[in-house]
Order: sequence, then C-alpha cells, then structure tokens
Amino acid sequence: MRLQSIRTLAIIAAAFVAGLACEAKKPAAAAPAPAPAVTNPAPKQDDKIIKIVSSLPRTGSAKAQTDTIVNGIQMALEEAGNKVGNWEIKYEDLDDATAAEGKWTPEKEAANAEKAIKDLDVMVYIGTYNSGAAKVSMPKLNQVDLLMISPANTWPGLTKPGKGEAGEPEKYRPTGKVNYTRVVPADDIQGVVGADWAKKLGAKKVFILDDREVYGKGIADLFEARAKDIGLKIVGREGIDASAQEFKPLMTKVKDADPDLVYFGGTTQTKAGQIAKDMVAVGLKVMLMVPDGCFEDAFIESAGADNLNDRTYVTFGGLPPEKLTGKGKDFVDKYKKKHGKEPEGYAVYGYEAGKIALKAIEMAGKKDRNAIREACLKIKNFDGALGKWSFDKNGDTTNRTMSGQVVKKGKFEFATMLGDED
Amino acid sequence: MHLLLADSGGLAIFVQQLLNGLTTGTLFALIAIGYTMVYGIIELINFAHGDLFMLGAFLALTLMVSMGLAGPVVIAIPLSVAIFASAPMFVAAYGVGGRRLQRVVPGPSWVAGLAPAIAAAAVAFVAVKFIGPTVQLFTGSARAVIGAVAIIGIVGVFCAALNLTVDKIVYKPLRGAPKLTPLVSAIGVSFVFMGVGQLWKGVADINFPDLVPSENLFAKPGLGTELKGVTVEQEAKGFKRGDTITKVNDAPVTEASIAGIVAAQRVNADVAVVVDRGGTPETLKLTIADAAPIRFTWKDLLVLLLTLPIMAGLTLFVKYTKLGKAMRATAQNPTAARLMGIDVDRVIGATFLIGGSLAGAASVIYGLSINTVSFQMGYQNGLYAFTAAVLGGIGNLPGAMLGGILIGLIRSLGSQYVGEKWTSALVFAILIVILVFRPSGLLGARTREKV
Repeated sequence: MRLQSIRTLAIIAAAFVAGLACEAKKPAAAAPAPAPAVTNPAPKQDDKIIKIVSSLPRTGSAKAQTDTIVNGIQMALEEAGNKVGNWEIKYEDLDDATAAEGKWTPEKEAANAEKAIKDLDVMVYIGTYNSGAAKVSMPKLNQVDLLMISPANTWPGLTKPGKGEAGEPEKYRPTGKVNYTRVVPADDIQGVVGADWAKKLGAKKVFILDDREVYGKGIADLFEARAKDIGLKIVGREGIDASAQEFKPLMTKVKDADPDLVYFGGTTQTKAGQIAKDMVAVGLKVMLMVPDGCFEDAFIESAGADNLNDRTYVTFGGLPPEKLTGKGKDFVDKYKKKHGKEPEGYAVYGYEAGKIALKAIEMAGKKDRNAIREACLKIKNFDGALGKWSFDKNGDTTNRTMSGQVVKKGKFEFATMLGDED
Repeated sequence: MHLLLADSGGLAIFVQQLLNGLTTGTLFALIAIGYTMVYGIIELINFAHGDLFMLGAFLALTLMVSMGLAGPVVIAIPLSVAIFASAPMFVAAYGVGGRRLQRVVPGPSWVAGLAPAIAAAAVAFVAVKFIGPTVQLFTGSARAVIGAVAIIGIVGVFCAALNLTVDKIVYKPLRGAPKLTPLVSAIGVSFVFMGVGQLWKGVADINFPDLVPSENLFAKPGLGTELKGVTVEQEAKGFKRGDTITKVNDAPVTEASIAGIVAAQRVNADVAVVVDRGGTPETLKLTIADAAPIRFTWKDLLVLLLTLPIMAGLTLFVKYTKLGKAMRATAQNPTAARLMGIDVDRVIGATFLIGGSLAGAASVIYGLSINTVSFQMGYQNGLYAFTAAVLGGIGNLPGAMLGGILIGLIRSLGSQYVGEKWTSALVFAILIVILVFRPSGLLGARTREKV
C-alpha cells in the first residue's frame, strides 16, 4: 500500500517535470490558422467608427512601462480629437499577459489577435511589446491584411530577411504581403552598438548570458557576433532558466572565467535584477551591460540600487525622454503636465505608433484594412516625435538613433549617443 | 598532491560550488521538512506549503518596513547568535501554544479553524501596527538584532497559525475522503495563497532589504580586475585606461611593491592613490578588492547556523519527546495510535503548526540570504523542496534534509560543470534515476521496514 502511494508520488513528480518542460518551451509561432473572419456568421461594420486596439502586457512588472505606452497612444488620438475625417476613432487596450505568469503568454496574445480579426471595425493593431508575442500574432493578422504597428519589438527576424532565423520573416507573412511595421529600431543595431560601447568602456573579456527567449537570446547572439568581430574575448556563454530564483552557482562560474564585463540579453521579467544582485553576492563587481528590456524603473527596484550603481550600462533603441528634441520634447512636456510624472522610455514610441496609425487611416481615406496597410508602408519623411523618418520596404523605421544609459544613485542617467557613426 | 596543487584554481571553484550548493540546499531542506512531515502523518502532499513560505516572506518584508529596517545595517555575530538562540524556543512554543489552542476550541472543524485564522491575522496586524514602531525606538544594530529576532518569531507564529487554519478548514473535513480529494484541495489552497500574495505585493520581483553583511569571512585584500600591477586596465570611477599608479596613501609604489602594499590593507577599504597622467599627478580613490579564492559570507554562515540546528532539534524532538513519539505512532498507523489513547487530531494539528513555523523561519532566512521575494517564489522553491522530500524518501525527516542538500549540490555543481540551462533537467533526471532503483527514495525504505 505504502509502496503503491510512493509510485503515485513518482508519477506526480514526473507530471510536474512535464509541466515545467512545457512552461520552458512555450509554443512559439502557432501554425497559422485559417482566417476566422471569413467563417464568422454575421459580422457587421459600423461605418461611423474605426477601432484601434493595442496588445501589450498590462499585468506584471512591465505594467509601468506599458502604462506610459498606452498613455502615449491615447495622447496621440486625443490630439486628433479622436477623429479622422468622418470616422470616430475608438481605442481599446488589450492585455497579453496573465497575472499568474506575470508576463505575456502565447495564449493571451493569440486570443487578442483573434478578437481583433473578428471585430471588423478594427483597422490597426498596435503591438506587441515582446518580440515573442509578435511571432504569435503576426501570421494571424497577416492573413486579413490587418496593419500592425509595434512600439517596442526589436527582434530583427520579425522584418529583416537574413538577420533572424531560417525562414524569417517569410513565415510570419503567409500572404507574402507586409502588414507589420515598427517605430523602434531593431536589435541588429542595438546588439552591435552594445558591443562597440563595451569596447569603448575598456572591456576586453566578456561573459555573455541570455534568458533563452526570442528577444534576449537574439540580442545576445548579435552582441556576441559583433564582440568577436571587434576583438573582444568571449570568456563564456550561458543561457539561464528564468524561472530559477537565484544564480549564485552560475555567477560563481562567471567570476571564475574572470570577465571585465558581463552582458545579459534579457529583461526585468526574466531575472535581470537577480543576476545583478548575485554578481555582487559572489563578489564579482565588474561592469554589467543589459539591453532596453531592462530600461525601466522596475529593473532598479528588483535589483536594489546599490547592486547597480556606477557599473550598470543599459542600451536603448532610441533616446531617453529627457534627450528628445522638437516634437519629442513637446510630447514629454505635455505628458508631464497631463500625467504628473516622467514618461518611461517607450512612451514616445506609443505616441508615435498612435500618430502613424492615424496618418495611415487618413492617407488610405477609406475604411479598408488592406488600403490602410498599403498606406502605412508608403509613409515617408514622417515628421514626428522621433524626428523625420520613413518606413522601409520591410516595415522598419529608418531611424537609427540609439543611446546608452548608466545607473547612478538608483537612476538611469544618459551617458552617450550610440551607433551614429554607421 | 602535485596534481592538487597544479589545479588549485579548479579545486577552489569546486569547493566554492559545494558551499553554494550547501547553503541553498539547506534552505530547500527546511521547506522540504514541511512537506515530508505532513505527508508522513496524513499522506497528503500539502502543495500549499511553498506558498505559505511565500506569504511568510511577504510578512517579513512588511515588518521590515514598519521597523525601519529597509537600509543595510552592519550586524553579524549578534544577529546570528540571537536568532540561533531563539529559533528552537519558537518551535517549542508553537507546540505548546497550539495544543492549548485546540483544546479550547471545540465544535465543527471550520469553527475550530477560525481561531488560528484570527490568531494569524491578529499576529500580523499587531506586529505591523505596534511592534514595528516599538522596534523603531531602538537605533543601529540593536534595532537590527531585535527586529530580526522579532521578525523570525512573528513570521513563524503567523505561518504556523495559517497552516493550522488551512488544516482545520480545508483538510480536516476531507480526512476520510479518497487521497486525491485533499491533494486537489491543497493545489486550490496554493492558488488562493498565490492570489493573496499577488494582491499584497504585486507581481514584480521585490528587493528584500540587505540586513546581513555579504562580507567574505575569508577575505584577502588584493588588486581588483581593473588593475594589472600599477597599470589601470579598465575605466572606472575616475580611472582611465593606461593610468599608472605612482603612490598609495602617499607611499611611492612600483610594479613589484604594489601587491604587498595592497595586501596590507583591508578589503573594501578606500585608499588614496596618485596616478600619473601625462606628467600631471592626480589623486583618486581606490577600493581594495578581495582576492580570496573562496568566498563564504556572513549570509552563508547565517543560513547554516540557523538551518542546521533547527533540523537537528526537530529530529531530536520527533525522536525523544512524547509528542514526537505520538507523531511517529500516528505516522505508522493512525487507527492503532488512536486505540492506544493518542489524540490523533491534536498530533496532526501540531504537525501543521511545526511545519508552518519552519516555513516561516525558512522564508525569513531565504529573504535575508537571497534578497529577492516574489509571489512566484513559493511555487519554484516549493517544487524543489517537494522534489527533495521525494528524493530523500517522503515521510522521512533525515531524508528530506539529505534530499534538500543533494538538490542544492546538483544545482550548483551542474551549473559549473554541465551548464546553467540544464540544472533543472538534471535535478529531475537524477530524481527519476533514483526512483527507478529506490522507488521509495534514498532513505524511504528504512522507516517502512521498521513497521
């Protein structure tokens, strides 16, 4: 009897292992499903309104960041009086995260995409925040020509042939048409400028860590490739288990490799704070460089400012709010007046995405998903908060401005412009 | 011997990882005891145990804020000794208090469950509202020591009362039910606790104040990585690459003498150095680095100082006290135990109390040493602790301790020699292999054969 129950236990334990494995390997891009809009019985369009939805992680530690993105989008729409021509613009803020996970999930993102597809009034889909999430919704939205504008995705493979994995970006475009655009520069630039900056800071030996997610591993790969090209020595490379609670053994190993800079390709949500903390705990007080997924106050809060001050460098695919000029500065001023606090780094990208959505609808001049998609890709020399820029044929911004931040006294401080030279 | 010397760097790292594994392993072990005790007595896997641990950590965090302990305070030996002395006391206190609690509350079990529920709420409320500000009257290390001891006690009582509540309200009515019913209820309770944690502190990782110094006990002053002899290799705090250090604390240094001069300083001490920058000397601040091959901090010591005596004490308790004997009897055969005049319900209640208080103690120690808490910490740590219990032989106390330490070691050595991303897989692979050859865990069979 006892032995029997122990067997049951073993089975339960095995089931847990399986559960863990599933969690670790979330299905990335789900197989493109047939467009449900066609089979929907009686969807009706309302010719007085046009809907814009956004799909961002609205629960979890990214919330502070996405709050300001949503504020940015709303400000863009309000400035236009929530109107384009005779259409009233309605905005809906969808959440692709769950409270239980604390971050985005493929299921929620897929459900958001389906919801947008079925609602025939939805003409623009602003999102996503995480590149992995974009992989889920892109092929779905592509089949109904629904325009996607991402304020934050930086994985190059989403748009750039040959810069991502095999089959990217074609597999996200079942119709062969481009429906995905982004107002933020991709990581093929950020990873490269990160490595260049590391060298400029005097690093010679670099240990590279990543969180094994699309964004984190992708940017770490690009960093590694560039670091090799410019003569930095890679003394080690490890992928972490982002559900682990502490990394002292790993950081002990890193310390043993004696790097003078540690690069972590990951986000606040994938334990960047704990990595910084455990570096200090094992007595490794060298430079730490992280990408823009950690460019939020939540990163400093989770790591503890003392563990970051004066040695943590953050690259960001754009300019921090206080360095924006012209229309960008106007936006930051208006934002501060309206919301009573500083916008986070991505707020202006939300604002720009909102502006682009309106511009595309205006240029199309009709309530037609395909026409709006085509119009958006034709946008050239857009004079916005991020300066004067255009979309290229892949849907990428021509903007290449990047910046580097350093953590000082528990705050991000602008340190340098990056990547201007190329 | 020759080989050992030649490979001293490798040996140092091996010893370091053993220490890393041992400290995290004892933490897993402490949580695992809660799983294994309850399983030993009523054959229920109390999945809510990990989340109870999480709530304990959250209460500790709240208390720290109310006591004004958010900043780092240098305390070392007094804290360890004070907590060390107080921990067994608390374990004993819960046993006695819990039994009285059960005696005074008759009636249906959900009514009986209200008493500990109220107790838990009252402890938390009183502690945050009144004890916190009282502790604030003290300053410096007195505040830290009193605060830390109070926190470990309060959190222990809180978790014990909460665990008893869950038993009375959720598990007790299901005592005769098929085994899967209380198991599923336990998973439900786990979700409820997680939800409470989420509402309480949100979903983001939270920094737990760094109260215990992370200074190396074996510290050895030396040159940092940014220096190579007198030449600066890396830009930091005013230093530029290629700078040459000419003076340390006004004494001239050379390539050969700098190491000796630095070795005479204290680790983390700031010394004034003069660098020669193209002829113009400039005075800068240099922090002395730690060049010791092994790092064992006050934090690590604290974990061992607290967990090992608690585990030893508990083993002795179960072996030699009357209640401990009653526990073992109930574990072997509840019906026979009842016939022998043992109040089985009281024994079960005491088990939940002790298990809960250990989760509480573990949560505070965890917070002080890992320094991050989140509402998901209970799930991940609970999973490892549960695995530890199964690995050692569930229902067996020394087995849970052995299992916890083994998992800690597998994780740290696996991270060093196999690769960080394989550590979880490695833990479970080893679990499966062990269960194939010893289906009842490493030490599991021994107790069974005693029957």
